[in-house]
Amino acid sequence: MNPVNYLYLAALLFTIGAAGVLIRRNAIVVFMCVELMLNACNLAFVAFSRLHGNLDGQIIAFFTMVVAAAEVVVGLAIIVTIFRSRHSASVDDASLLKL
Amino acid sequence: MTDVATVHSLWTMAAGAEDKIPAPHIEYGQLSPTLIVLAAAVLGVLVEAFLPRRSRYYAQLMLTVVGLAAAFAAVIGLAAGGYGTEKAHIAAMGAIAVDGPALFLQGTILLVSLVAVFTFAERRLDPAAHGNRVDSFAAQAASVPGSESERAAVKAGFTTTEVFPIVLFAVAGMLVFPAANDLLTLFIALEVFSLPLYVLCALARRQRLLSQEAAVKYFLLGAFSSAFLLFGIALLYGYAGTVTYAGIADVVDGTVKTVDPALAGTMGNDALLLIGGAMVLMGLLFKVGAVPFHMWTPDVYQGAPTPVTGFMAAATKVAGFGALLRLLYVVLPGLRWDWRPVMWGVAIVTMLIGAIVAVTQTDVKRLLAYSSIAHAGFILAGVIAVTPDGVSSVLFYLAAYSFVTLGAFAVVTLVRDAGGEATALAKWAGLGRRSPLVAAVFAVFLLAFAGIPLTSGFAGKFAVFKAAAEGGAGALVVVGVLSSAIAAFFYIRVIVLMFFSEPTPEGPTVAVPSALTSTAIAAGVVVTIALGVAPQYFLDLAGQAGTFIR
Repeated sequence: MNPVNYLYLAALLFTIGAAGVLIRRNAIVVFMCVELMLNACNLAFVAFSRLHGNLDGQIIAFFTMVVAAAEVVVGLAIIVTIFRSRHSASVDDASLLKL
Repeated sequence: MTDVATVHSLWTMAAGAEDKIPAPHIEYGQLSPTLIVLAAAVLGVLVEAFLPRRSRYYAQLMLTVVGLAAAFAAVIGLAAGGYGTEKAHIAAMGAIAVDGPALFLQGTILLVSLVAVFTFAERRLDPAAHGNRVDSFAAQAASVPGSESERAAVKAGFTTTEVFPIVLFAVAGMLVFPAANDLLTLFIALEVFSLPLYVLCALARRQRLLSQEAAVKYFLLGAFSSAFLLFGIALLYGYAGTVTYAGIADVVDGTVKTVDPALAGTMGNDALLLIGGAMVLMGLLFKVGAVPFHMWTPDVYQGAPTPVTGFMAAATKVAGFGALLRLLYVVLPGLRWDWRPVMWGVAIVTMLIGAIVAVTQTDVKRLLAYSSIAHAGFILAGVIAVTPDGVSSVLFYLAAYSFVTLGAFAVVTLVRDAGGEATALAKWAGLGRRSPLVAAVFAVFLLAFAGIPLTSGFAGKFAVFKAAAEGGAGALVVVGVLSSAIAAFFYIRVIVLMFFSEPTPEGPTVAVPSALTSTAIAAGVVVTIALGVAPQYFLDLAGQAGTFIR
């Protein structure tokens, strides 16, 4: 199959993720959408890697996975603490900081 | 037996002579600033694991200060050894640049973090809880605010000494960020300094709900923006077939020597280059807090513990602008006819919105946040110049601005009432009569923000606007001066409020800090005045450091 199709898929996944971040209210779901965006990036890296015939993109995909894992650790820690003190993970409820 | 062998050979083959994989050549000496900070951070984690609780604070503070000072000494050593000028080169197999701007910014970041660590370690401002001196950080970050477990933690005298290694990790990321010479290193450095900052934001002792909310907002928006940055990197990789800055710059300029047939298809594809470049720029502009990617700034600055805010406002901006300069001047100079108009627009909106919205603020920390947005706009004006003067003026501005910011937020930690820091601007009325010294010091910082002569703010603004005007951005300078005037209005308004209005009876008190915060504030004042009265030496230093290696 033409590897360019994977790029279209990556762009589509990235857009779905970005739309999800903007639309969804639950912090966990928003965070999942960010992870979807990172995975879309991975797909793009690997597809370009295949397209160019060099391995840089595949190596970068590994780095991205590690970064995404680290981000999950920090992100879930923060979201869980705020959930425990407010009993809500909705990003709309977190509105104490205003002008 | 033969059958087995044939089947087996379907998916294996005889091992041939192994190709030697050459070990990468790493110049440890030239990377020593970063490595020292990372080593101190790792040691800090070990201290946290193995030392008894009562001795951790002093051990961590010593370790952090020594680590940062040693790293600064290493930067000075490298600069004295000529790595900033004639010996500038690219280390670690093309991943890290060791050149003038990198060393200058690393030195600035290290000094700023050293001073910021003093404010982190301050333990005299909050009243002692159960006989234990406490700092601005939660007794136990994992316990729910107001819960039984938190009360127990406070009573037992727990403190979050983890902040010191966390800060060191953030500093290590910031040191790599402006020196990153390929896009992968850029992304990793971004995450290495962002993740610790997200955690630090959530750790305030007082008003922890605000602090946690700030952390969630910063985290979600930060992760969102770094995903954009990463997709931009993917597109640039697709365009150029490499992520090294020089490699991409060659493809942009069309000066590649041998074109790989596999690359030929994507190299001509300007859509990949333009969209990829724009997305990487978005990620960086988010980190420096430029409009329209500034929405997180006021909330996070207000909610985070004030020492963290000061550190973040100063050091992140230095690192972010360093990376932005390198990207625009090393990778995309061939594209400047495309990015300059965009950056013009961003700079103008950033200056105006930062200054105008700041006028309406009623909270000191939010006011300083919007002022930092306006300052990001002023710095962008220097970035747009695309001349060597542009680079050196931005370097100078960053050094001057970061110390003013740090000092200003350190002063904010001193003004307190029963609920902790009194950040509402109304409570600051008449502060000048109650404690003239603190108000006078804050006034110095505000005047520096406003860019009044004899402060570092004036020298920095003058350098940046001069570079912008000479780089052909005259209109930008006009907008810059106009928004400086708007900004001066609200800085002066705070000064008037402090000195010329009656103090309210239930107004805040000014806590007497220990030597730690006093040193931090004094350092801020000294740098502000020194860079304002005699800027030439430092301008020359920044001028010498103003050439990027490619």
